[in-house]
Amino acid sequence: MSSDNRSAGLLAPFRVLDLADELGFLCGKILGDLGADVIKIERPGGDAARRLGPFYGNRPDPEKSLYWFGFNNNKRGITLNLESAKGRQLFSQLAVKADFIIDTFPPGYLDSLALGYAALSRINPRVILTSITPFGQTGPYSQFKASDIEIMALSGCMSLTGDPDRPPLRVTFPQSYVWTGSYAAMGALIAHHYRERTGEGQHVDVSAQACLLWAFSHAHTFWDLNRQVEKRAGSFMTGRTITGAKMRVFWPCKDGYLNFIIYGGEAGRRTNQALVQWMDSKGMAPEFLKQKDWKSFDIAQVTQAEIDRMEEPIAHFFAAITKAEFFKEVVQREMLGYPVASVKEIFADPQHEARGFWQKVEHPELKASIDYPGGFTKFAQGACQIWRRAPLIGEHNQEVYGEDLGVPSSELSELKRQGVI
Amino acid sequence: MEALKGVKIVEFAAFAAGPAVGKHLADHGATVVHVESRVRPDGFRTHYPPYKDNIHGLNRSGLFALCNNDKLDITLNLKKAPKATELAKKIAAWADVVIENFSPGTMARLGIDYEALKQAKPELIMLSTSNLGQSGPHAHHAGFGSQLSSLAGFTHLTGYPGGSPQILYGPYIDYIAVAYGAAAILAALDYRRRTGRGNYIDTAQYETGLQYLAPILLDYKVNGAVADRNANRDPQAAPHGAYPCEGDDNWCVLSVHTEGEWRTFCEAMGSPAWSADKKFATHAARKENENDLDRRIGEWTCGFTPREIMEKLQDAGIRAGVVNTMKDVYTDPQLAQRPQWVELEHPEIGKMHYQRPPFLLSKTPPGPSKRDPLLAEHNDYFYKELLGLSEEEYRQLVEEQVIY
Repeated sequence: MSSDNRSAGLLAPFRVLDLADELGFLCGKILGDLGADVIKIERPGGDAARRLGPFYGNRPDPEKSLYWFGFNNNKRGITLNLESAKGRQLFSQLAVKADFIIDTFPPGYLDSLALGYAALSRINPRVILTSITPFGQTGPYSQFKASDIEIMALSGCMSLTGDPDRPPLRVTFPQSYVWTGSYAAMGALIAHHYRERTGEGQHVDVSAQACLLWAFSHAHTFWDLNRQVEKRAGSFMTGRTITGAKMRVFWPCKDGYLNFIIYGGEAGRRTNQALVQWMDSKGMAPEFLKQKDWKSFDIAQVTQAEIDRMEEPIAHFFAAITKAEFFKEVVQREMLGYPVASVKEIFADPQHEARGFWQKVEHPELKASIDYPGGFTKFAQGACQIWRRAPLIGEHNQEVYGEDLGVPSSELSELKRQGVI
Repeated sequence: MEALKGVKIVEFAAFAAGPAVGKHLADHGATVVHVESRVRPDGFRTHYPPYKDNIHGLNRSGLFALCNNDKLDITLNLKKAPKATELAKKIAAWADVVIENFSPGTMARLGIDYEALKQAKPELIMLSTSNLGQSGPHAHHAGFGSQLSSLAGFTHLTGYPGGSPQILYGPYIDYIAVAYGAAAILAALDYRRRTGRGNYIDTAQYETGLQYLAPILLDYKVNGAVADRNANRDPQAAPHGAYPCEGDDNWCVLSVHTEGEWRTFCEAMGSPAWSADKKFATHAARKENENDLDRRIGEWTCGFTPREIMEKLQDAGIRAGVVNTMKDVYTDPQLAQRPQWVELEHPEIGKMHYQRPPFLLSKTPPGPSKRDPLLAEHNDYFYKELLGLSEEEYRQLVEEQVIY
């Protein structure tokens, strides 16, 4: 395991207690990436999300979930039964020294254990409790249950994805949990700024439904301004013209798909011109494209017939090239557009290698070291990286309860026997 | 809007990736100055519908409004070196944080990269947010977030197996980088408070996007598995999908994750005969017959509205929801209760619904409180009152079209 030298991180002095399930994993991880001391608190036996695949070696095993590895690194791990009196007492002892607490329980649950914000702020007025739920702490849906697909639906995201004549779609790999966790981290840190100025903590109420409103940018403003409802358009881009014309986004190529759009603006004009030159170099640019006056080309005014006529020879041209060829040429020719990459092609992208993005993380328990996506950003002062792999079940019980809280080891074995830890 | 009161931010930024970071900080009370020029206004003002009543105009953009409420707007023509460069440095020296999202290399070319601005303000924090990062062989390749979402793997994961990838609306990945960029700035502010040191932050939207896909990146690395799109299917749940409802293009979603939930779900449907068929008896069996399962559930859901399905199933403890449209999000009872939207009057747009943060702070409630600014609206106020230029200096710079 990489040595825990997170003191180089920007948030090194701060401690986080992380009670979150997958809806909030990323919140704690981001604070951990920034150097905070994050303690993941699992129920005895381990968090339910350890059953989420994929798995190391493809064999389901709570200690080998890659979902767990990916989103719970930079955290230490302890087990604790909050529903036992002794468990609540231990939690309170930890909470006294905590700067942040993150939870994803249904609204009211922590209050029912006398561990809600009111109780926590009495023992630690500085603490910031970030409560992450599908819909928020109050309101008509606050007690609704939701997994990724319900959040994606109720936020509106799904209404914008999919073919018009088939059902709305989500992204196959769940997105709502990570959107929510990362926006929750922003909220927690805004509250942190206020706390450091005033000494006062507060309760941060994060709604996943509201977080996901950002995933579709401005689609809703078409309704707000002009009473037009943007809808799913399959593989076509809408909303860029005032004629209602739509542009193809995904083009079949030799080994998959390319993302290329006929854009307007200066960058669009440059791209369109460069593409026609590239096509021409292979004898595949029709005369009308070569003659086109790109300077006067106004994407907002373009009609569907005009777009269709332009797209036909382009489709023909793209069908004969590979993703790798396209990527190389768009970079060299300074065109807009990218291949539709899979994880395999992402690993092959030289940009990551050059920026040292992949980070080798040791897993001694697996006798393996694995390349992880590394820090989310580069700081001139302070580091942002993976300091430690995700914890095994109860891996740091001794460290946290024994060394930190000073619980004697005889008592620890007793707590274990009673199912408290 | 007390949380970030006193924090001063300047944006040499346009479109979403930079300004949306500033928006979130402005929502919590930071003073955020959006720098544009009449030579090149923010691209959202000029190139991205919607415009109010479909009439193009610099102050009629819905997308600009969304990303820029509660900011001051000034103009500075950076092409007018050296005076504009000097003025830019002066503005940076006033600020705690500079946000920029030009293509890498542009700030250096303009003479206002971090090294230059640091001379004016040693403890400056600067966020450069770009597509691919400030370094590396592709750093200078410009692109839009909508396409970067494909390079970063998201569209490959969207659509039907064997079919075309499907679009994710707008510059999806930009707003991922927004959350990370804001977190980075807030961490840097904390670090500066404790150490006195400024910071330079290089955020690549590409790298922030890949954070979201960590498990499947690991799956490729350790198992050689290439994650693919599989429509609405999920290995953990069956049924799991979107189903048609009463009316035109109305949809609900629902998902069943355990055998207990399956029994409850069947009861909620009124225990139709087909649901007792052994081909649906276990999770494994339902996965095997999922097309048939989906068809039968669709036959049931289409007799109800999406809201009826959601309420009926949620009451029974089953996960379900309405597929809200872009119209529905303004009236959804939960979003309305929060409330998610703040209606403010804009001189050219009229009533606009500005977006509140997705997190509410109990002691320092957020904005929006002010509509997005018109181009150059705060030149007078900012340059004279906040930056302290004399009337004469200001008039001169306006005349020379430095402030332009």
